[in-house]
Amino acid sequence: MTGIYEAMPLWVLMTSLVTALIIFTAGEPWHRLRPVINLVGASVKLALVGVMLWGVQLGHAFMVRIPLLPGLDIVLHADALTMLFVTLSAILWLATTIYAIAYLEHAPNRARFFGFFSLCVAATMGIASAGNLLTFFIFYEMLTLATWPLVVHRGVPKSMNAGRIYLQYTLGGGAVFLLGIALLYTLAGPSDFIAGGELLHLADEHAGALTLIFLLLVAGTGVKAALVPLHGWLPVAMAAPAPVSALLHAVAVVKAGAFGIVRIVYDVFGIELMALLDLGTPLAVIASVTIIYGSLLAIRQTDLKRRLAYSTVSQVSYITLGVALGSPLASIGGLVHLVHQGLTKITLFFCAGAYAETHGIHRIDELDGIGRRMPWTTAMLTLGALGMIGVPPLAGFVSKWYLGLGAVAAEQYWIIAVLLASTVLNAIYFLPLLHRAWFRPPRQGEADPGEAHPGLLGPTLFTGLAAVGTGLFAGFGWSPLAWVEVIVTREYTP
Amino acid sequence: MTLPDPFALAAAALLALGFYGFVVQRHPLRRLLAINVFGNGVFMTLILVARWMPGGPDPIPHAMVLTGIVIAVSATAMGLALVRRDLRQGDGKDGGDRD
Amino acid sequence: MTEWVPVLVVFVPFLAGVVQFMAGRRVIAWWPVLASVATVAVSLWLTFAVAAGGGIEHFMGGWQPPLGIALRADGLATVMILLTAVVGGLVSVYALEAHGTGDPRASHFWALWLMLWGSLNALFLSADLFNIYVTLELVTLAAIPLVLLAGPEKTVTAALRYLQFALFGSLLYLAGVALTYGLAGSLDLALVGPALTDGGITGAVAATCMVVGLLVKAAVFPFHVWLPAAHGGAPAAVSAILSALVVKAAVYLLLRLWTGPLAGLADGLVAQLMGALGAAAILYGSIQAFRQERLKLVVAYSTVAQLGYMLLFFPMAVAQAWEGAVYHGLSHGVAKAALFLAAGNVLVYLGHDRVRDLKGLDRSLSVSLLAFGIAGVSIMGLPPSGGFIAKWLLLRASLETGQWWWAVVLISGGLLAAAYIFRVLRYAFLQAPDRPPATTGPIPPPIMALPATLLALLAIALGFTAAPLLALLGGLPEGTG
Repeated sequence: MTGIYEAMPLWVLMTSLVTALIIFTAGEPWHRLRPVINLVGASVKLALVGVMLWGVQLGHAFMVRIPLLPGLDIVLHADALTMLFVTLSAILWLATTIYAIAYLEHAPNRARFFGFFSLCVAATMGIASAGNLLTFFIFYEMLTLATWPLVVHRGVPKSMNAGRIYLQYTLGGGAVFLLGIALLYTLAGPSDFIAGGELLHLADEHAGALTLIFLLLVAGTGVKAALVPLHGWLPVAMAAPAPVSALLHAVAVVKAGAFGIVRIVYDVFGIELMALLDLGTPLAVIASVTIIYGSLLAIRQTDLKRRLAYSTVSQVSYITLGVALGSPLASIGGLVHLVHQGLTKITLFFCAGAYAETHGIHRIDELDGIGRRMPWTTAMLTLGALGMIGVPPLAGFVSKWYLGLGAVAAEQYWIIAVLLASTVLNAIYFLPLLHRAWFRPPRQGEADPGEAHPGLLGPTLFTGLAAVGTGLFAGFGWSPLAWVEVIVTREYTP
Repeated sequence: MTLPDPFALAAAALLALGFYGFVVQRHPLRRLLAINVFGNGVFMTLILVARWMPGGPDPIPHAMVLTGIVIAVSATAMGLALVRRDLRQGDGKDGGDRD
Repeated sequence: MTEWVPVLVVFVPFLAGVVQFMAGRRVIAWWPVLASVATVAVSLWLTFAVAAGGGIEHFMGGWQPPLGIALRADGLATVMILLTAVVGGLVSVYALEAHGTGDPRASHFWALWLMLWGSLNALFLSADLFNIYVTLELVTLAAIPLVLLAGPEKTVTAALRYLQFALFGSLLYLAGVALTYGLAGSLDLALVGPALTDGGITGAVAATCMVVGLLVKAAVFPFHVWLPAAHGGAPAAVSAILSALVVKAAVYLLLRLWTGPLAGLADGLVAQLMGALGAAAILYGSIQAFRQERLKLVVAYSTVAQLGYMLLFFPMAVAQAWEGAVYHGLSHGVAKAALFLAAGNVLVYLGHDRVRDLKGLDRSLSVSLLAFGIAGVSIMGLPPSGGFIAKWLLLRASLETGQWWWAVVLISGGLLAAAYIFRVLRYAFLQAPDRPPATTGPIPPPIMALPATLLALLAIALGFTAAPLLALLGGLPEGTG
């Protein structure tokens, strides 16, 4: 029995994988049963994640090891950091599934869509619970392959083009990443993710090689994390249907990249080696540039989804910034942003999808007066936007507060300026939306009220209120913030 | 240093001629002939090897040549059938890059 | 009993082919099934026997070499026979429909294919240089008429060119064998090594003749010119067999000779040259595959590229490279057969295979297209798949031997493969806005769609079965490197 319990990460992964396989095998004719399969899969996963969360909380270390070759294992494990990402993904998968069922009610090729959608979630689970770099890479590439059919789902030339650009970036990143892993294995042999890393003893002799490897690995993960100048695919990929943009581009894909950077910094290289090789500051600079540049570009967008996409480019880099600074408080800010940004941004994308689906609204200047027509959706948009700007006590504020404290602790005062500038820029590109939505009169002939379909509104309300809740109740024992504090304490106490 | 064996010279000439023909000729029939000339060079080499073996002529290369000739005959027969078919279609001058 | 298994592995399919040839269409409904099942069964028997008890050697008719013919089943030969059984078995299932009672030439297909199967197994088991020549020719002479089954009017030029190159290649090889016999007085793979090493210029010429002859047969760049038209023009089942197994037989011989008789001659510069040919094949083949307008030609050029990976073994010549090259042969065999069968289904359904006109295909042919995509994952060398394991092993070998330039080739090759595989998928995913594609044929029945899918899934499964297969293969033969 212990073996089955130990292998929990594998079962969590399997729930999505099996769901995907059933959907593929059943095919299009089963359209009545498919939502049931989807929801059952998502619920079972959530229950299993709950069990695992309980176990990790009690200090249990789950681990599965599947040997591939001598010295080459697939390792799935569940530490506190894993659970942060897994829990977020499992909850959001359930919400997005409900949303997607409503969104694609009459669209063609739904079997293919939901099959690959489940496959993406399986890959995300694998990324979260990967116990070594090779396992991480396997699921990282699987995520690339499984998202491509979703990006091109509409099958029009525009989405095909988006798919091509997406692949060029992500497969290119994957290739660089693989080279980095192979070099690392050659230099140091196989090694599991372990807090602090195991490379410190090589620092004197192989400083140059280690720096090169770090560069390759960060470039590989930086593509998905949309670090400037590797961010080009993200806005283009908005050609995908809204649930894809919401879950994948707000959560799974970009988070996979950011999560990879967290793992590389904490569990491969370790804080100490990062400081020794002086790698933290350059990474923090790149993250800061991304934060500012992404926001500047967001201001220029007239399309709602593209503005949100550039906002993602900017916001995800808070995570990188947090781990790059190398102080415990900044790490808390960065890691907790993984959850906060996920909840907030998925709400915003849900709203954008609801506008498009209900009233055909895509551009920002079409939002005039939408607050009166779709009050609930617009209320959630407002909460999301304010959360992103970082208005206290919403979730975004908590992340920025800790990042700021961390910057002070690390004596990197310029970070404060970056945070302030970013907040101002966020306000510049989000507040006009709210102004249009609430205070401008609706255009002529478009005054008919019409709230979104309940299947779209429900998940939006859920994630929107969850985003508020994580901010409001950040001080409580089971909040993401408390969980992140546990992770960071473990990382910084050898 | 003895004088070169005339058989060896003949074998070398056949090999060279056959190789040259294979590289230079474009017509399928000529190419097939070039392959056969080259093949005869190879068989001649085998016979020479048998002759040079210590302890008199060695029967094994002879057996190999016989097997080789049988294979060469059947392959050439198939080749000729293909050439005939190809030429009848009228585009035997160049290769099969196009379909 | 076990020492007779190698004989069965050769003669069961070969004699079954002869029977099929004599009996003709009368037995077409049941004889191919029986013959294929029996061949797969004896091949698996051999695999398990070798896995359990190590290599097997058999002297035909009790005659010892040099007069007798020896069959030697070591690890390398056994994994190749296993590959042939798996790919051959699943392609046979496909062919039961494609070349079943509805095909007027069905009897020819089965007679030739079963003889080819037997010849391939004989080639893998051959333990002396001359028998290798004979089996190589048997393979060629059975393969070329198979190409013509697509309709002589379409493929005769390709078949003729294939024949010319194949004949020339094997005669060149035979010239090398003749010189080797002159030096060593023996043809046994295990005995001729020292004489070749000490043979001075003659030894070098002999080795060069054999290696170049085999390079021609293996369609290694720049001797690939005969391959695309022949493999692209043949019927799908034949293309799958040729690309997955027949060209690989020649590469197999290169590996076998290089790690056996030629081990003492393997010079660093020559090895680098072989690697360079492999790299050129990878880059050239992939770029050509990307530029092709017909689906089957895309897949055929992909074979040119993929064979190049196996040549990267030569410059590195360490255990990981050996395992990587052979494992690449296995994964490519399975994945490429899947690609060709899937492409064949497209051809059946659409009546053409123009890449640009595949629009909307994913709705009507989703199973075959999924098989194409899954097999593509292995071809690209992305995880989890057999192709990834092979690439990983080669990558590690290149970095461990400090020859980082091959790592660059490996990585770029994977990206180029992604480019040509996704190009096909991109066109197939495009929606036909108003109507389904104008079809001329029926949707292929499951018996044609499933073998492609199974082969594709096997290519993925190979990503998890490396340990037992590499244990069966055994390490790098001694004295290499």
